[in-house]
Amino acid sequence: MTDLLYLVAVAPFTDMAGSPAFLVEVLLGGVFAGLMYSLVALGFVLIFKASGVFNFAQGVMVLFAALTLVGLLERGVPVVVALALTTAVMVALAFAIERLVLRPLVNQEHIILFMATIGLNFFLEGFGEMVWGANVKRLDIGIPDRSFIVRGVQINQLELTAALTAAVLVTVLALFFQKTRIGRALRAVADDHEAALSIGIPLKTIWVVVWSVAGVVAIVAGVMWGAKSGVQFSLSLIALKALPVLILGGFESVPGAIVGGLIIGVGEKVGEVYWGPLVGGAIENWFAYVLALAFLLARPQGLFGEKIIERV
Amino acid sequence: MSQPAPARPLLEVDGVSVRFGALVAVNRVSLAIAPGEILAIIGPNGAGKTTLLNAISGFYHPYEGRIAFDSTDRTMLSPPDVAALGIARTFQNVALFKGMTVLDNIMTGRLLKMRGNFLLEALYWGPARRQELEHRAFVERIIDFLEIQAIRKTPAGRLPYGLQKRVELARALAAEPKLLLLDEPMAGMNVEEKEDMCRFVLDTNQEFGTTIALIEHDMGVVMDISDRVVVLDYGRKIADGAPEHIRKDQAVLDAYLGVAHD
Repeated sequence: MTDLLYLVAVAPFTDMAGSPAFLVEVLLGGVFAGLMYSLVALGFVLIFKASGVFNFAQGVMVLFAALTLVGLLERGVPVVVALALTTAVMVALAFAIERLVLRPLVNQEHIILFMATIGLNFFLEGFGEMVWGANVKRLDIGIPDRSFIVRGVQINQLELTAALTAAVLVTVLALFFQKTRIGRALRAVADDHEAALSIGIPLKTIWVVVWSVAGVVAIVAGVMWGAKSGVQFSLSLIALKALPVLILGGFESVPGAIVGGLIIGVGEKVGEVYWGPLVGGAIENWFAYVLALAFLLARPQGLFGEKIIERV
Repeated sequence: MSQPAPARPLLEVDGVSVRFGALVAVNRVSLAIAPGEILAIIGPNGAGKTTLLNAISGFYHPYEGRIAFDSTDRTMLSPPDVAALGIARTFQNVALFKGMTVLDNIMTGRLLKMRGNFLLEALYWGPARRQELEHRAFVERIIDFLEIQAIRKTPAGRLPYGLQKRVELARALAAEPKLLLLDEPMAGMNVEEKEDMCRFVLDTNQEFGTTIALIEHDMGVVMDISDRVVVLDYGRKIADGAPEHIRKDQAVLDAYLGVAHD
């Protein structure tokens, strides 16, 4: 009994203290993974905030963006041009979604819009496969997957670049949506379509804007995951990791998506490395979901979510 | 300030019909609202009052007829475009942004007044901030005007109904509208709240010179605050005139008290 207690509550911490450089490496790995989760979660949050729609297709949008980029690169298009073209494709996709999916379904129940995004999910998956093929592809954007050592801590150059890019993107988006009138317009649209229209907010413009931004976020997430582990269809499954992030952070909170992502990223890496051996490993696979479950029981609106009180 | 409609009304509704399938909710209604006027639209339940208001604010488009604002035709405009012309409204079942604070709710009313490209907004950090402060100052004036200082940081969804109605009015006023459409602003209020609301409507009209069209069921309120009354029944206009005249109108009495329709 005392042995077990020692193994759970003491040994991991002595391990951490014993090799601080390694601890820092584990933490950095966690931060990297966390930022990636945040990026995907952010795509969900943006669309949820603006239209109250839970966009099931966000994961596939990441895959679709990465596939498009890789497809263009394989055909010899320079990186910068390929990125610009991919952005154009994602914006065009936003226009198409607004016109063909959202507009015909305006004022429908949320569950109907949710079902529509499931349809969108399958369409994009099939369409991507049809256009770009189903093979696993290597994505090379010219950043070497090399490591260097600072004060005994091994840092991967690709991960570092990815983390910095994600951090910059997330900061810009947070400012954009929290501090500007477009942020207020977004929250207004999410809250009440009719009232938003009556104060002069054009719904269509807002929808195109958020789906475009969600598309751009999907590109960044797609490039980073793709560069790390290849572009393949399992990429769309990282959307499943974004769900616990959303539950932790709150569905309508941009800072929530970031903090939630970091908590889960760091939590699962630290858990895996220091407590994993106790239970035979694989903590990484379930940590996020168990944490989300705990949050659902204790604080269903998440860390930063808005607590809506319904009057009856 | 009771007066006959002058030559150039602010809003002109000319022979407007709104249909839902076979149901004619508004049937060839014509009316004019003069600048600076308070017009009450009354009628029994289902008379088409709210539908008419929705047609004016662009939520429904008339099947026939035309609507002109400031002598320009605007029959087929969408709600955001109507709002941009300077027509603000409130809803029968309060439509506030429930998760936002009262202050943020009222600030949304200023969105149309804010300059700048919708997309590039975030880049203009300095000017955007200054702009925000200017609008904030105006909003504070409205908060003072409607006496809701105490609740400015409260999420709108938590307020009692009467106060929600007042916040909705504040959001409409924040847009500095030329024409304010109020859909049952006193519904579900107690006597005290009604008196307050009456005072705010009259003060708005006097201080900001806002033209107001309101739908109301409380006859006492209607007779007290309106310059002119339009009566609808079964989608048709059955009377239009000064309150004291409407009170004695036989068609209106019939519509309210019930008479065999032949």
